[in-house]
Amino acid sequence: MPDYAMPVQGLIGGLMIGTAAAIMLLGAGRIAGVSGMAARAIGLGGGAPRTLALAFIIGLPLGAALVAWLAGPILSRFPMSMAMLAVAGLIVGIGTRLGSGCTSGHGVCGMSRLSKRSIVATCTFMATGFATVAIVNAVGGGW
Amino acid sequence: MRTVIGLASGLLFGAGLAVSGMLDPVRVRGFLDLFGVWDPTLAFVMGGAMIPMAIAWLVQRRMAAPVADADFHLPDTNPITPRLLGGSALFGIGWGLGGLCPGPALAAFAINPAAAAVFTAAMAVGFAIVWALDRPPVHA
Repeated sequence: MPDYAMPVQGLIGGLMIGTAAAIMLLGAGRIAGVSGMAARAIGLGGGAPRTLALAFIIGLPLGAALVAWLAGPILSRFPMSMAMLAVAGLIVGIGTRLGSGCTSGHGVCGMSRLSKRSIVATCTFMATGFATVAIVNAVGGGW
Repeated sequence: MRTVIGLASGLLFGAGLAVSGMLDPVRVRGFLDLFGVWDPTLAFVMGGAMIPMAIAWLVQRRMAAPVADADFHLPDTNPITPRLLGGSALFGIGWGLGGLCPGPALAAFAINPAAAAVFTAAMAVGFAIVWALDRPPVHA
């Protein structure tokens, strides 16, 4: 295990994320998929009641702020150019809506449900994610 | 009630992202940098998150309805379509370029609002493009 890795924090944070998704499933009967909920919250998608989606989306930064307040500064580094960040956001927006989900909906909720769609989707975005970083690094566009 | 559930779920989700280091695009990109200086942290996050969710799915099967709704509203698990594959492939490319997926991007508003806003605004444009393409044309 490299010394920069955070297996313990990763596991604890992961358990929190999974519990959050479990609250959404058993409480509101919905998948805690961030891309779907975010689109719904701003009126660019169907599905969950809008107030539920909005409350969930607003909770995300509030939860992060709470941790920063209780535990101290949270690292959030953005060394890439703003242009690359915007292109990345645009592609993520299009891709997650076409693919009906992202790391939370497909990766956490769908995989744990053994959903074929979600397993295929997760393997696909993992593969293109690995490939993208490898290619970008190879051509010297990494950050 | 549903709003409270949504807020509680979002709060805990965002807190979990912060605790696990997922608000740092450099760390997320480190996980995707399989052939470079690989950072396995994200694998622990995904693995950890799947434990309570796997239990939740077992519980869900024994429940007639969720606590605050008349029915569960769950997506299909089966059809593998070109749209699913193409969309997921695109998402992975954006994830690799930016080191961010939608959850961390929104939670990062608490830490680095300017950068989070750039990514999120662009992502919303992406949502809008697909939303517009999906709507049936209006005939006059």
